[in-house]
Amino acid sequence: MERETISVTVNGRAYERAVEPRRLLSDFLREDLRLTGTHVGCEHGVCGSCTVMMDGVTARSCLTFAVMADGAEIETIEGLGSVEAMHPVQQAFWEKHGLQCGFCTPGMLMTAVELLKANPDPSVDDIRDAISGNLCRCTGYQTIVESIQYAAKLMREDGP
Amino acid sequence: MKPARFRYLRAASVNDALQALAENPDAQILAGGQSLIAMMNLRLVKPACLIDINRISNIGYIDEDGDGVAIGALARHNDVKHSPLIRERCPLLTEAYESIAHHTVRNRGTLGGNLCHADPSSETPAVMVATGATLMLQSLRGQREVGAEDFFLGTYETARRQDEMLTEIRLPGRRTDGWAFAEISNRHGDFAIAVIATTLRIEDGRCEAARVVASGVGEHAARLEPAEEALIGGPIDDARLDAAAAAAAGAVDPHSDSHADAAYRRDAIAALTRRTVRRAAARCD
Ligand SMILES: Cc1cc2nc3c(=O)[nH]c(=O)nc-3n(C[C@H](O)[C@H](O)[C@H](O)COP(=O)(O)OP(=O)(O)OC[C@H]3O[C@@H](n4cnc5c(N)ncnc54)[C@H](O)[C@@H]3O)c2cc1C
Ligand code: FES
Ligand code: FES
Repeated sequence: MERETISVTVNGRAYERAVEPRRLLSDFLREDLRLTGTHVGCEHGVCGSCTVMMDGVTARSCLTFAVMADGAEIETIEGLGSVEAMHPVQQAFWEKHGLQCGFCTPGMLMTAVELLKANPDPSVDDIRDAISGNLCRCTGYQTIVESIQYAAKLMREDGP
Repeated sequence: MKPARFRYLRAASVNDALQALAENPDAQILAGGQSLIAMMNLRLVKPACLIDINRISNIGYIDEDGDGVAIGALARHNDVKHSPLIRERCPLLTEAYESIAHHTVRNRGTLGGNLCHADPSSETPAVMVATGATLMLQSLRGQREVGAEDFFLGTYETARRQDEMLTEIRLPGRRTDGWAFAEISNRHGDFAIAVIATTLRIEDGRCEAARVVASGVGEHAARLEPAEEALIGGPIDDARLDAAAAAAAGAVDPHSDSHADAAYRRDAIAALTRRTVRRAAARCD
């Protein structure tokens, strides 16, 4: 079995691993690095739960081969914040009930972080457009939109 | 599911990629992967070899080309969507991008990969045909230009030969004044149930030229010539709109699937024709 050696930085930590070319970035993160915060729903690009940051912009990790991420900086939900020090987006989802089962949440959060970086004061339509590629089977999206609005407010008040 | 095994080659230059395509008749190019990897995960395709072009520098450009625009193979959807040059010179494409995929998919996906993928319900082929774009195909054997109308041959089928890479998309300068894009889809950013892209030229109140291009209702994007003929030769009034809408509906032979049946698609084509022609005509003023 052919393997390629890749170096990637994930949440600030450097890793070097040999992977099969067909290894998806999502499986690389979850199984090789044991970072199971990134979820895998559909594995064909439709649900958005596997969304991570790659070199500063969001990417579907199920539509990326790990070999394509060689040399890249990846950020996953594990790097966003911790229980003790939540990212404002996490804080907002917690306070505004932006999740129920939590399956879609890592993708929603990464998508929200990208949106708020580009647009600190998004309208409801902006938010709906931004999360149009992320499916949630629980919340009906209402509370997710409210969470992102609230996160924007927290971030504007606190500074970045 | 997981993709089948494949050999992975990384091209450092266009020439590298062409060499690899020539040497590996079982190879496919990997651009953004936003269609290809999804199909591999579903095992709908099992390419034996992938040639990754993402590391090639200088092919993500969006440049002036005479009075038109030249777009490199690796220009990502979001670059194209937000390009001021394209908004100015090919606003029909900018308008179509309001309906194409989601931000994250557009971060990685490329216009070139989108066109080579040739999904029958994709928006961009309709825009290419409506504007008369040219696709540059390169191989070790040389380079050739294919007009968009001759490029799309069927479902996932194009005039590109196995050893050719799409290296550039050329959008001509605006030859018509009016343009409009509209689609119907189940969910914002999803593939379309029906698409119409229209371009018009009106002189002294008379429609002189028209392209009405449909997608989502056949094997590939195609001009609806009866609808174009119904528009040309007079003012865009209610009678011409009615005639064009009816002609458009009659010119398509859509399929039924879980998203919409054939009758719905036919009605959608009539409605979209009316909408786009009206908007395109208003833009001519
Ligand atoms: C959730 C989701 C929603 C989407 N919605 C839409 C939508 O609304 N409309 C739409 O049109 N698309 C949509 N797409 C598809 C998206 O636009 C893809 O980016 C695009 O179809 C393929 O581009 P890519 O760069 O990712 O190509 P890849 O997936 O890498 O390649 C696609 C095909 O083209 C070939 N190829 C790629 N580049 C070249 C080249 N330069 N020369 C020769 N062959 C090449 C590959 O070998 C492959 O066969 C969606 C995708 C997802 C996951
Ligand atoms: S698991 Fe990647 S988009 Fe659904
Ligand atoms: S919270 Fe359950 S899928 Fe979104």
